[in-house]
Amino acid sequence: MPDIVVKTEDVVKEYRMGSNVLRALDGINIEIQRGEYISLMGPSGSGKSTLFNMIGALDRPTEGEVYIDGQNMSNLSQRQIAAFRCHRVGYIFQSYNLLNVRTAHGNVTLPMIFAGIPEKQRNEKAEKLLDKVGLGDRMYHLPDELSGGQRQRVAIARALANDPSIVLADEPTANLDTITGREIIDLIKQLNTEQGVTVISATHDLKMLDVSDRIVDIRDGLVERIRNRDEIEIEVGEVGGHE
Amino acid sequence: MNQRAPIEEQIDLPFLESLRISFQSLKIRFGRSIITTAGITLGIAFLVSVWTNNEIEFALQESGRSSEIANIDEAAEQGISTKDIWLIIMSLIVCVVGIANSMLMAVTERFREIGTMKCLGALDGFVVRLFLLESGFQGFAGALIGALIGLLGAVILGLKNYGLDLFFYFPLLPASPENGPFQLGVLLLILFGCVLGMVLAVIGSSFPAWRAAKLPPAEAMRTEV
Ligand SMILES: Nc1ncnc2c1ncn2[C@@H]1O[C@H](COP(=O)(O)OP(=O)(O)O)[C@@H](O)[C@H]1O
Ligand SMILES: [Mg+2]
Repeated sequence: MPDIVVKTEDVVKEYRMGSNVLRALDGINIEIQRGEYISLMGPSGSGKSTLFNMIGALDRPTEGEVYIDGQNMSNLSQRQIAAFRCHRVGYIFQSYNLLNVRTAHGNVTLPMIFAGIPEKQRNEKAEKLLDKVGLGDRMYHLPDELSGGQRQRVAIARALANDPSIVLADEPTANLDTITGREIIDLIKQLNTEQGVTVISATHDLKMLDVSDRIVDIRDGLVERIRNRDEIEIEVGEVGGHE
Repeated sequence: MNQRAPIEEQIDLPFLESLRISFQSLKIRFGRSIITTAGITLGIAFLVSVWTNNEIEFALQESGRSSEIANIDEAAEQGISTKDIWLIIMSLIVCVVGIANSMLMAVTERFREIGTMKCLGALDGFVVRLFLLESGFQGFAGALIGALIGLLGAVILGLKNYGLDLFFYFPLLPASPENGPFQLGVLLLILFGCVLGMVLAVIGSSFPAWRAAKLPPAEAMRTEV
């Protein structure tokens, strides 16, 4: 039996602006298995970030249900939602969203502080994680003193701090140049294969195609189609041919 | 990695941990904090200078030297004058408005940070507490600086009006109560200014912080300032 980590049931999200209602998600049904690397693909404004927010409990759907590890998210208390964000999910954003007032190390320890992990233990873990993402020599720098690629590495280390079962990445390479973007993708893929973390990444970066197990194409708030790895490989070949 | 246990409840952070986080944040945001704090400093400086000035006039009046001094405020004979009460009320209003405004701006420009902290597992209550602590420190520090500036201003004015006599009769300690209810003495006045700055800063930031903390993280992080 497949082990489903994320399941959405007719998820609708509407944004109200005055008298206008914008239907950003129009009934999304997807199932994601543990350990998968999923890419949410679609043009800008198609609803990728909105879906990302629903799966990561960063916002509530207008209609429909999101199940994570079999738990209906709309049944959780505030405290449970905070614990869920703290322990179960690691978030990676396009604009890094590091806390500028904390060093790289301080950013990585923060989710562990929230999790109540003792100081010595969390310091060691932060060092280990920063080493792993290749920032062993930049640990005590502030985000302002780091390049975009380095900041995204800090964000990845921070996302892993509490050993999440899901890593959500919203266009993690959009602000990076091609080579740095490739490195970040490889790093995320490495976590996926080595640690079995489920990765859900919104993107319109074609470099993401060949690391994905499945690609969910989103258009106008709907799932247009879902492609498997074998279907993707053919297309990557085509894409490569165009370059 | 196979976490299918029911989702637990988020724990509260120990107070000391919140204190440390708020200190670190203030330290790094020092330049920015100064701008926020400036609003508090100004308000309290105004308040303390007006008040101290009043006390100096009163003290010199009491000392019996007023007859020798030409330009003393006539009304000072009845203790605090109506004009001074108005000035003090005005400066209090300046304080309240200035501080509330500084705090609103300080919280608004940090929406993104609030959203990010909630992504990492911060409870709404923690976010509010963090802001109250930070604004409390800022309020106290800003008010202390403001009180000293205000005092300096009043002393300079006093020197101009009364010369060195000022220092012989300087109202450091409260005057006896029958001499007037508002004569706190400069020491108490400075303390009062600091506490007032701190309390106003905490009150001023509590509403915007509480509102920001309640926002879903996605919304908080969308705000670009
Ligand atoms: N908070 C919001 N308020 C109003 N409209 C929003 C909000 N967030 C997203 N939208 C709109 O919803 C649609 C989907 O947005 P989004 O999920 O950000 O797309 P994507 O991430 O695929 O670029 C867009 O039309 C966007 O303008
Ligand atoms: Mg987006």
